[in-house]
Order: sequence, then C-alpha cells, then structure tokens
Amino acid sequence: MKRFLVERLLQLIPTLIGISLFSFFIIRMVPGDPVLLMLGERGADPKIYMEMKSSLGLDRPVFEQYYSYMENALTGDFGKSIVSKRPVTSEFFARFPATLELGICAVLFAIILGIPAGVIAATKRNTPIDYILMGTSLVGFSMPIFWWGLILIIIFSVGLGLTPVSGRLSVIYDVEAMTGFMLIDSLHPDVLNEEGLAPFISAIKHLLLPTIAMGTIPLAVVARMTRSSVLEVLRAPYIQTAKAKGQSYFKVIWVHAFRNALIPIVTVIGLLFGSIITGAILTETIFSWPGIGKWLVASIHARDYPVIQGGVLFIAIMIITINFIVDVIYTYVNPRIR
Amino acid sequence: MNDLTSEDIPKINQLYLLKEFWSHFSENKGAVFGLTLIITFIFIALFAPVLAPYGPSQIFSDSLTLPPFWSEGGSSAYLLGTDDLGRDVLSRLIHGARVSLFVGVSIVLISTIIGTSLGLIAGYFGGKVDSVIMRFIDILMAYPSILLAIIVVSVIGPGMTNAIIAVAIVNIPSFTRLVRANVLEVKKRQFVMAAKTFGASPVRIMLKEILPNCMATLIVQTTLGLSEGILSTAALGFLGLGVQPPTPEWGIMLSDARPYIESSPWLVTLPGLCILAVVLGLNLFGDGLRDALDPKLKR
Repeated sequence: MKRFLVERLLQLIPTLIGISLFSFFIIRMVPGDPVLLMLGERGADPKIYMEMKSSLGLDRPVFEQYYSYMENALTGDFGKSIVSKRPVTSEFFARFPATLELGICAVLFAIILGIPAGVIAATKRNTPIDYILMGTSLVGFSMPIFWWGLILIIIFSVGLGLTPVSGRLSVIYDVEAMTGFMLIDSLHPDVLNEEGLAPFISAIKHLLLPTIAMGTIPLAVVARMTRSSVLEVLRAPYIQTAKAKGQSYFKVIWVHAFRNALIPIVTVIGLLFGSIITGAILTETIFSWPGIGKWLVASIHARDYPVIQGGVLFIAIMIITINFIVDVIYTYVNPRIR
Repeated sequence: MNDLTSEDIPKINQLYLLKEFWSHFSENKGAVFGLTLIITFIFIALFAPVLAPYGPSQIFSDSLTLPPFWSEGGSSAYLLGTDDLGRDVLSRLIHGARVSLFVGVSIVLISTIIGTSLGLIAGYFGGKVDSVIMRFIDILMAYPSILLAIIVVSVIGPGMTNAIIAVAIVNIPSFTRLVRANVLEVKKRQFVMAAKTFGASPVRIMLKEILPNCMATLIVQTTLGLSEGILSTAALGFLGLGVQPPTPEWGIMLSDARPYIESSPWLVTLPGLCILAVVLGLNLFGDGLRDALDPKLKR
C-alpha cells in the first residue's frame, strides 16, 4: 500500500507541472493585448504603455514570466484581477462556497434518489418498474442541462410561480457571509433574531432548481451504477447462502448485497465531485448563481487573464487531487486491484 | 454451392456474425428504438433542403413569434411557429439536424483518429513513450470538458470549425485510455507474438493485428463520443462560443430564445427536445451495441 501511494504521488508531479505550463501558456495564446485592455485609450501613449508593460513583467522573456508566476503562486499569490483589481485568490475563495454549496446539494440529490432507484431496479430486474426507472435515468443521462434548467424555470418559476429565477437569496434579506454557505449563514442567531426563518426558506427556494438541473446527470449515473453493481453482487454465492439460510429478503438486499455493492458506487460518487465544475459552468450561467463557473465564463468574455489562469489552475489541481483521493480510497477498500 | 472458394469463407463468416449480432441487438427494444431515432435524425439531416418547408434564414416579417399550429393564434403555414425574427422554427430545426450531424461526425472523426493512434502507440511501445503520452492525457483530463473547450475556443476564436476542434481535443482522452487498455491486454496474446516473430513492422502489428481486436469497444465509444460531441457543441453554442448565428444550430436557437422564455416558451422547448432526442438515441444505441458486441457484459 505504501509503495502504491508513493508511486501515485510521484506520478502526480509531472502532471501538476504540465497543468501549470498548459494553463500559463494557453492563456498567453489568447488573442488581444492585456496591457491595452487594462489601459484603454491611455494605452495609445507608447510611454505609458511600456511602463505598464514592465510593471506587469510582460516585457520579460516568457519562461522568466512563468518562473516568477509559479514562484508567487507557491506562496499563494496568483496576481490581481484586471477587472476588479482584487487578488485572484480572494476572488476565487469569495465565490467558491457558492459553487461548493450547490455542488454538495446536487450530489446529495443524486445519492438520495439514485441509490434507492438503482437498488429497486436491480431487485425488480426485467419488470416494468426496472424498465421505467432505467429508461428515465437514461433520459436524465442524455439531458442537455442548459436546456433542462430553462425547462425547470418555465415549469416552476414562470408556470407555477413557486421558485425564484436567479441568485442565492431574495434581495430583501441581508445575510452576512460568515461561512459563505447560504444555508448555514441564514441560520446564524443574529439573522434568526431579526428575520426568523424567512431567509433560510428563501435560500432553499433559490437552491432548488439549480440543484435539480445540476444533479440530474449525476443522479442518472448513480442509479445506473448502483443497479449494475447490485446485480453483480446478487449473483455471488454468499448471497445464495444467505437466501438459503432463510434470512429475510430485506436483510439479504440491504445488509449483505448492498454493502459489497457500495465499492464501485462510492468511486462513482467521488468522481462526480470532480465533474461538478462542468455542471457548474452551465448551471450557474442559467441561474445567475454567483459561483466559480459564472465567474470564469465572465472572465473569459472579459479577457481577464490573471483570473482565467489562476481559476483554471485551481480547478485542475482540485480535480487531480479529488481523483487521487478516490483512487487511493478505491485501492484501500478493494485490495484486489493493488 | 460448389462455386465457393476458400476466399468466400470470410464473407460467410462475416454474414453469420452480422446475423448473430442482430439477433442479440434486436432483443433490446431500447436499442432498436435508439437506432430508429438515429436513422430518422440522419435522414432528416441528409434531406433537410427537401424536407424543410422554407429556408432556414427566410424571414416572414408579417408573422413574428407565432406559436405552433395547435395553440391559439398558430398557423398551419408555420407548423411549429416562428421565432422573434419571423423565421420558420420547423425549417430551422430541420436544418439544425444537418449542422449537428456534420459537427458531431467531424468531432468523432478527429478525436477517434488522434485518440486511437495515441492509445495504440502508448500501449504498444510502453515505457517512456507510454508515460509521456499518458501524462499528456492526464493533463487534458484535469480540465472539466466544457471548461477546456471554452478555453480552446477563446484562444482560436468562436465559430463552427473552431468549436469542432475544441470539442474534438476534449474527447481525445477517452479514446486513448480505452484503446491503450485494450492494447495492453491484446499485445500479450500469441498471434501478436507470432506476427513479431515473422518480422512484421510495429505499424503493421498495431493496425492489422491489434486494432481489429479493439474494434468492439471502439465502436461503442464512437457512438458515445458522437452524443457527447453533439451535446458539448450545443452547450458551446448556448454560451455564445460555438457555431455563430445565423447558422441554424440548436444550441444557439436555445440561447437566442432565452429572452422570450415567458412569452414564447416553445422557442426554448423545441430545440432542446431535438438535442435530447438525438443524444438519447445515440446513448440507447450505444448501450445496445455494447451488450450485443460483448455478451459477457450482458446483465
């Protein structure tokens, strides 16, 4: 196990260096001059232009720029946003909780509905219930989520008037960001004293549609994975033994079969966290959710280089770390693949 | 029957395999339904100019945002209504099928060729070559697919060709990893050893001995790659970074219709339904293919 860990960790190093190089140089290839973009009309004066360029370090050789960028990055300094003039790191962490909150809700939504659906489909294999559940989950799996989000808005916001269309909280409430998680912040004693539960309920209502939109594909993945994993286990001899011993159907399924079926399911769920960002980019754009996805898309449109570079690097490192952890856990619970 | 020569045997064999494949495949009703969806989609895409009642950019300025014919105020002249510029929605959807098919097939062609070559090389040669290629693939996979596509598009600019390139790059890793895993398994087998002993060149061994044995999984992955490609391009179009207006692309039709989501919901609903139908068809078909080609995996 130790050897495996070290090997996997060593493999990470070239990947991480590659990611930093890729993130750095691909942004350099984006057409448009960042200096002109920052200076606007004043950039027409060659003297001001050159001063700005050297103050940004853009007049130095590109490898030197990369080197000093990485040197700063290792101390947590990813430069400043061109648009807001604030450090990229603080911009990122100001928005990250919003994405994380939505992501956690979406994955919970997928697990809470997906696992029972998968187990039921497996136990009722080749019955109409199975066909309906698996048919629905394949539709979910094929869903263009940017469309699904709009359809949810048409049904629940426009049609039924039940849910808000955008944002995290109704503008009439003022909730201070302590943790950045709206569901927690809105339950802060100060808020409860002043406004009662209303901000919390508003936060839930705002979360509802984005959660469904973002959680639908993960839900389908979890349901399909659970079904095939449980089916696999149900064929095992020890299940036959348990049945032969006369144990109750419920116990056979949920105690014996389900526990062993969990290994691949947990892996899939781990990988889902990695794919949250993909969902976030589209979902946050549709619902004006103030998170990382919307911020990155806006930065790309505004050619805010430091933000794109830092944000992309953060995300890539996060995904690599998550995949690494999933890998390690998977090997740990399933010694056969070592 | 006496005319049969030994050269005919492979043909008969192929016919037999095809029959057996079909008997497995047609058991799966979902897969047959998926195939029907795909055939309809391809038919519509190929014959779009004949099937569409109007041109995709033809403007009828006296009939703006008409609802479909079954709702009040709809007209049988424009079966699925018109958009905010007075263009016939049905005609645009039909031409949109053409765009999607073209884009999807191009993406799959590019990513299959590059991804498969990389996988063959990495798996066959192993060692340093393998490490370099797989670290490159790891890097590509560290970026969420749509984010990578957005970044590539922002470097090379929006537009249909560039969107195809961007999504194709994003799709390469899945092919490489799949083929590589397959090669690692196949290259230990005796017929590969035999070919090596006869002095066959690496290229010949890869293409003639190993690749045919990867075909089953590769075909399945191609179907899934096609559905992913169509979905990602539509998403790029929706974000304004893919195919540009006035091309009748389903993703753009969706984003163009967003301001009218309350007044004319059909403008949002219909293009999305088309995307969903095609992607669902491809996924159903892909699932069925996998089960039919590899009976071991059958549930």
